[in-house]
Amino acid sequence: MLSVEDLSLAARLSGVSASLYPGQVTAICGPNGAGKSTLLASLAGLLAPDEGRVALGGEALLAMPSQARAQAIGYLPQTPEVAWDVSVEVLVSLGRIPWAGVPAGEAQDAIDAAIAAMDLDEFRHRPVSRLSGGERARALMARVLATRPRWLLADEPLANLDLGHAAALIARFREQAAAGRGVVLVLHDLANAMNHADRVLVLDRGSLVADGPPREALAEDVIARVWGVRANWLGEEGGLALSHPPC
Amino acid sequence: MTRPVPLLLIGLAIALPLSLLAGRVWIDPFGDATRNAAVILMELRLPRALLAIAVGAGLGGAGAAMQGYLRNPLADPGLFGIAPGAALGAVLSMWLGYAVGPYALPVFALVGAAGAMALLALIAGREGGVALFTLAGLMIASLSGALMSLAISLSPTPFALSEIVTWLMGALVDRSWRDVWIATPLTLAGLGFLVAAARGLDALTLGETAARSLGVDPRRLQTLMIAGIGLTVGAGVAVAGIISFVGLIVPHLVRPLTDRRPSSLIVPSALAGALLLLVADSACRILPLAGGELRLGIALSLIGAPFFLHLLLKMRRGLA
Repeated sequence: MLSVEDLSLAARLSGVSASLYPGQVTAICGPNGAGKSTLLASLAGLLAPDEGRVALGGEALLAMPSQARAQAIGYLPQTPEVAWDVSVEVLVSLGRIPWAGVPAGEAQDAIDAAIAAMDLDEFRHRPVSRLSGGERARALMARVLATRPRWLLADEPLANLDLGHAAALIARFREQAAAGRGVVLVLHDLANAMNHADRVLVLDRGSLVADGPPREALAEDVIARVWGVRANWLGEEGGLALSHPPC
Repeated sequence: MTRPVPLLLIGLAIALPLSLLAGRVWIDPFGDATRNAAVILMELRLPRALLAIAVGAGLGGAGAAMQGYLRNPLADPGLFGIAPGAALGAVLSMWLGYAVGPYALPVFALVGAAGAMALLALIAGREGGVALFTLAGLMIASLSGALMSLAISLSPTPFALSEIVTWLMGALVDRSWRDVWIATPLTLAGLGFLVAAARGLDALTLGETAARSLGVDPRRLQTLMIAGIGLTVGAGVAVAGIISFVGLIVPHLVRPLTDRRPSSLIVPSALAGALLLLVADSACRILPLAGGELRLGIALSLIGAPFFLHLLLKMRRGLA
């Protein structure tokens, strides 16, 4: 279990408490500046809170050795960069950095499995600069998977992806959750959160204002209150679309 | 991944004996014995060649680590301000006239390098952010440059003035075993720190936040970088003066032969830097030039500046 208890950080988060569970896809939603990325980075142990604490399996995350934390929690930043034009395989191998000293064979297994899980076998030796946006997003995700973390945290992983690539990546996240990992995603697109998350946390100006199954946390009255938009969910379960008039 | 290493070792194994034979007095290993051949080889050329290898290895390895740390292929070890700091120390020793003592100049230069390192660590603070660190380095470099100019403009005698100016051009002329004993252990220790930083530099490929999420402690990485760059560059300046462009050019030449991870680049760049300096220094010795020989620092700048321009143009094409 990954949990935050009464977390406050500068002016960006105030008194946020939530417990996240493995085997689920949890989405963090909210308007711009609501504190979504801050909460995700706190869950990854990358920010020290002013008050409250983040705990992994009951243990304070910031007190853990950074290597142990990095082995347990994989984190994909919002604007991932790759400074050098490495091949997909080398990029994915960077995910093994927290496991220094593990036999090379085991590392290679993890790299191969991550490449296979993201359907990147044919691109294995291709330089990152020659990947399309969707392939690049998958390669970056494979880098996180190669760590074999218990938790996968990704900050807007679907940004800049077309519908097909976004749907493919969501399916991969669902597979990871089904395999027992905890998946936590910051999502901008409420329909994706509604249709594909098991649970949604809604943040507004640093406070947690809704937490529960998507149907409840993203109910029309919550959207009206938090986003200030009168919107309606249309369609069927699993394929809902958000319709709203121009404001 | 380590493909270039055997190649570069073979290159060094060929270049080293050749460089020992080349110079104003050519030594023909198969012909008649040259007069004073043993003295020329053992007291002049061997220490000079080993010094070229040590200084070149330090600059090459430092350049590779520096580019990895700043995630920028145009970064140069000079950016941290350690070379100017060391040069300032050396200039002060000449200004004060202590340069006559055998160890004063290198010791002053190392103190200058250490001063720059300490100042860097102090300014960069606890956060370990790369941008602030680079700006601190630039500030130290420009401060050291200004103080050096001050020392030159106030130099007590014309002799000190000419000595300072000549020394700043960078060269391996008239160096002895003493310089080898100073530069080699410090360079090796520095390279050791840079190799220890390699894993963190690999993680930085993904940016600072992702690197921290991979368990890299930015503060520790920064300390390793300061120690590694400080020792390699400081030792190089202490025995050879300012030699530019090696740290910039060498990683570029080596990178396409590796998998492009910073960690795969440090050792090959050190070997390639050693080879480049050894060959360049031998060439300087052979080139006919009125009134002495071409200064190594000048020669490398003459090669390096067009190379840098070529890189810039290539990057501009890439951006277009």
